[in-house]
Amino acid sequence: MANKTISVTVNGGSKTSEVEPRRLLVHWIREALGLTGTHVGCDTSSCGACTVLLDGTPVKSCTMFAVQADGRRVTTVEGLQQDGKLHPIQEGFKEEHGLQCGFCTPGMMLMGAALLEENPDPSEDDVRWAISGNLCRCTGYQNIVKSVQWAAKRAASEQPGAHA
Amino acid sequence: MFPRSFDYLAPESLDDALSMLAEHGEDAKVLAGGQSLIPLMKLRFAAPDYIIDINRITGLGSVHENGSLSVGALVRTHDIERSELIRRRYPAMAAAAPLISDPLVRNLGTVVGSLCHADPQGDWASVMLAMNADIVCRNGAAERRIPVSEFVQGPFTTTLDPTEIATEVDIPDPGADTFGTYMKLERKVGDFASVGVAVHLSFDGRKVERAGIGLTAVGPANIKATEAEQLLAGAELDGGTIARAADLCAEAADPHSDLRGSADYKRAMVRVFVSRALNAAAAGKAA
Repeated sequence: MANKTISVTVNGGSKTSEVEPRRLLVHWIREALGLTGTHVGCDTSSCGACTVLLDGTPVKSCTMFAVQADGRRVTTVEGLQQDGKLHPIQEGFKEEHGLQCGFCTPGMMLMGAALLEENPDPSEDDVRWAISGNLCRCTGYQNIVKSVQWAAKRAASEQPGAHA
Repeated sequence: MFPRSFDYLAPESLDDALSMLAEHGEDAKVLAGGQSLIPLMKLRFAAPDYIIDINRITGLGSVHENGSLSVGALVRTHDIERSELIRRRYPAMAAAAPLISDPLVRNLGTVVGSLCHADPQGDWASVMLAMNADIVCRNGAAERRIPVSEFVQGPFTTTLDPTEIATEVDIPDPGADTFGTYMKLERKVGDFASVGVAVHLSFDGRKVERAGIGLTAVGPANIKATEAEQLLAGAELDGGTIARAADLCAEAADPHSDLRGSADYKRAMVRVFVSRALNAAAAGKAA
């Protein structure tokens, strides 16, 4: 059972390591790279706590092998902030109290960030639809939805030429 | 949870993938979206010695029409959900796609992979049964077409040979005047269907020319409701015909009582969904 060498662009930096093919992407991210913001929730493809962006698309990193990510681009929650500045989605979760225990939060924020890339002005229904594969057991989702919509408004106001 | 160890092969052409499969046969599994296979491997219900990852092969990811609709082996359910062509011409597929699992799974899970997995609670097989689709398979240089009605044999069982790769599903032209929908009862987003019904109709004026109905999660495999299809072919959608067709579908269903509902309840829901779908089609004709 031969190991494979993989090179993956993680949060903008190239990471190369040798992995056993059966290593799940989430374990490689957490244990080999030490990026523990990506959580193992259910481990049965049900909860979305392990969400990462693969070439910009949200996927469950517990339902993918690390070898499959070879040559591709992965964004984890640690990659949302840029140059020490929080991503609008991170600010939104802070401003609107979008988390309680925080376990689902990395997945929720990555889903929210991916949604805003596609749809900069999502309705409440759009947000609820987008996060329908991510479970939160604390908040009842109300403040998560508000947080994503807060981020949408902030991102719009930061556009060049926008009137804040 | 860790799957059992395996060797990982990532061919860059279909021919290479086929020769690897010819060499390893039943010891190998083909990996496309992985959204059924990987959970099975984690639970060790599947423990292949070789994984042949076909994601690096170009040419398997397209949806295109050329007399019929071809959906390649790497087309994700999310691609179907976003396709303008599908929305315009294949409404049963457009209705089913957003009801399958959750957004994250739809981003990776494939239509063809779902058909090959043949879970009786899978949604795509019912849609493809309703649309009379064929699976196109390659084995070495040989290609064959298998109607989905023959392809799916039973729970997690198909007629695909261990050395074959399903390269696409091929869906007949629905014609200019068509109706289609998919209705699904699920306890929550991401759960499997308690009951699902796919309806696909082609019209000739007010008369149904061809009818296709597929039933999900109410038998050991997805069920093609052939008696109801025959009743509807050539008929107009009046109240009596709709009620008889819904009854025939309920009779064709063979559900079991489980945590998602009793057998009687599931059978009743088949009747309700078929009746709703056909009434919607009739209302479209009257408008």
